[in-house]
Amino acid sequence: MKPRRYLLHHGRQLGTLLGMAGLVIIFWMLTPHFLTVSNLMNVAQQTSINAIIAVGMTFVIVTAGIDLSVGSIVAFSGVVLASALHAGVPLFLVLPIGLGVGLSCGLVNGILISLGRLPPFIATLGMMSVARGSALLFTHGRPVSGFSSDFRWLSTGEVVHVPAPVVLMVVVYGIAHFILTRTKLGRYTYAIGGNEEAAVLSGVNVRFYKTAVYGLCGMLCGLAAVVLTARLNSAQPIAGMMYELDAIAATVIGGTSLMGGEGSVLGTLIGALIMGVLRNGLNILGMSSFVQQIIIGSVIVVAVLGDMALKKTRK
Amino acid sequence: MITKRTSSMEHKRILDMRQIQKTFPGVVALDHVDFELRKGEVHVLLGENGAGKSTLVKILSGAYQKTDGRIFLNGGEVHIKNPRHARELGIGIIYQELNLVPHLSAAENIFLGREPVRASGVIDRKEMVRAAQEILDTLGVDIPSRLPVKDLGVAQKQMVEVAKALSLDARILIMDEPTSALTVHEIKELFATIRRLKRKGVSIVYISHRLEELFEIGDRVTVLRDGKKIGTQAVRDVTRSGLIRMMVDRELTEQYPKRKCRRGPEVLRVEGLTREGVLHQIGFSLHAGEVLGISGLLGSGRTELARALFGADRIDSGKIFIRGRLQNVRSPRHAIRTGIGLLAEDRKTQGLVLNLSVKDNICLPNLNRFSKLGVLSTKKEIAAVQPYIRELRIKTSDPRQKAVTLSGGNQQKVVMSKWLLSKADILIFDEPTRGIDVGSKVEIYQWMNRLTAEGAAVIMVSSELPEILGMSDRILVMRQGRIVDEMTREKATPEKILQSALGGNP
Repeated sequence: MKPRRYLLHHGRQLGTLLGMAGLVIIFWMLTPHFLTVSNLMNVAQQTSINAIIAVGMTFVIVTAGIDLSVGSIVAFSGVVLASALHAGVPLFLVLPIGLGVGLSCGLVNGILISLGRLPPFIATLGMMSVARGSALLFTHGRPVSGFSSDFRWLSTGEVVHVPAPVVLMVVVYGIAHFILTRTKLGRYTYAIGGNEEAAVLSGVNVRFYKTAVYGLCGMLCGLAAVVLTARLNSAQPIAGMMYELDAIAATVIGGTSLMGGEGSVLGTLIGALIMGVLRNGLNILGMSSFVQQIIIGSVIVVAVLGDMALKKTRK
Repeated sequence: MITKRTSSMEHKRILDMRQIQKTFPGVVALDHVDFELRKGEVHVLLGENGAGKSTLVKILSGAYQKTDGRIFLNGGEVHIKNPRHARELGIGIIYQELNLVPHLSAAENIFLGREPVRASGVIDRKEMVRAAQEILDTLGVDIPSRLPVKDLGVAQKQMVEVAKALSLDARILIMDEPTSALTVHEIKELFATIRRLKRKGVSIVYISHRLEELFEIGDRVTVLRDGKKIGTQAVRDVTRSGLIRMMVDRELTEQYPKRKCRRGPEVLRVEGLTREGVLHQIGFSLHAGEVLGISGLLGSGRTELARALFGADRIDSGKIFIRGRLQNVRSPRHAIRTGIGLLAEDRKTQGLVLNLSVKDNICLPNLNRFSKLGVLSTKKEIAAVQPYIRELRIKTSDPRQKAVTLSGGNQQKVVMSKWLLSKADILIFDEPTRGIDVGSKVEIYQWMNRLTAEGAAVIMVSSELPEILGMSDRILVMRQGRIVDEMTREKATPEKILQSALGGNP
């Protein structure tokens, strides 16, 4: 592609990237503790869970859907896999269990939406409550804590000095980017979100692929649950509260339109990192979490405003 | 007779657009275009898609800002800042996509945002309904002003839009393809209303692709081509072929280049097809090498039949035989697998994913051919798509260009390429040339010839009689969900088709 077209094509991502660079520079000027290798690794690690969930959310939002149940699915997958660990299930089976629980919840969402024709908002709102309730019921409201160091390596371990969750996040994004840009599933995801009727009339099995997308989102919640449980050394049935909002925020800051049909996981990664950088930087500066909420909320709005302005000039 | 009426009063110029220029990044949409409008005239804007008609009226209605040029209204220069400003200046526009609030009544829509209020600040409903009725009466249309507009027909909704514009004292009314969704009868009513408006001194800018309408309702016509003005002429001084020549700058020897093809074996037979309340006992057969035209008024079940054959809508009973074998076409996916392709009625909402590229759209029904284990080969896709872009002459700089950026004619060619690439040999074309330019139209007809010559069968649903008569080998006429008549090309006349479509005494 010619440079100019490339700019137009990727202008949105570049904008987000510049936004993040700006933030980094601001924090760097404000505090010497921000721009250090160990702190940046810290940011990446803190971001990893939201970033992994936001990948699934991006797929869902590209189909013009929404998933409000991600936080609850994280909690439910977490307590199930934690209980499995306590019951002595070997480690190599625990990962599939965590992913499987998430996948099942996601598939139920998908089936309700594609076969039951429920609006995604309603179906996942229901799942949000059902999964949360299931998590509480499963553990009688108590956390499941204390695991082997082998399991905890998933959070504390390092691969060539890079924390394991960060490696996992990078791998997930690599695969997701490939799926979204290079596979049938990805193409259909855009087609369904861009114009569902046209996709149906082109012979796309819309029900199947929609269900698959929600399943994928659920499965990634299961993966996030594994990392979260390993990090906290505990699975809480009340974990993952408000995660859906963080995931939606990362997706939207990353330039994915809630109307569906456009967006990219790379944008979402930058979006998640922006939120991570903000939280971390504001923490270092000693800002209260109350102020942080205000700032993060403003960033979401400003990002979308900028997005809209950019689209207008492109027209 | 007409010359006598051209008094100085009627020649009064109320709008003068001079040397209007509009550029978008990389494109000159309008190149020094002059356009003037006289009091009480219907001035038709004509041109292929992408010629600049829409851009010109968007500048006039305040949706776009001109890059250069001057606009004079009643002799004084104006700078139209935005749509609201245009309304204040007395310029109203009726878009193809109607802008009404469905759950509000006609009266509420007409006065939306300007509701008459009593001293207490409460809306004066009585006064509102009375005023609305008064405007509707001057239009000579019978519309219940209290009913929610969602319960009105398309033509009635359009009249509500017109009424709304008039209630704002519009002296200039822009109508963009006002007849595209109307039935023959409704068009007659619309024209009656337009004539009434003319007598009241309202000037109308009329955009349409239908030449026959121009001769019926237009006073003058301005032809645009590639953003340039080709000329303005009185309608009585122009001929159909002359206009087409102005629009496309090439003599279209025949607008319907129909070629007879050898009729092959039966490829599709439908028996007793029924969808409750929509289609009743439909039966017909389709042979390789023929174009079967389906005519009928809007709402007669034409589109519904096309969708049912394609598996897009459920059917309640009936049998569909494809190449002699009974098939249960449950979904478009099954239909495509049995070799059926549907060029849907509305390319923007049904035919294309506008946000995807030209290539992605063409390949959408065919991804299995370009993927291994779900992984796509962009190289293969582009290689497969290139010949179609070339042969159908789709104007695009790159197969990866988004479909939304193409003109209507080119978009339609993209949809067509989808089915050519999927090697469909039973093609259902639902309004294949609606809203596209003359040049692209002819190209699409030529492709229909080529397809039938290669042994494909085509079903063409169309509300344009000349098209049905010009391109079909056989014609089915539908009315109220039934096939009421069948005739061969040789025996068909416009009168016969209309008579069957209308039913009873016309």
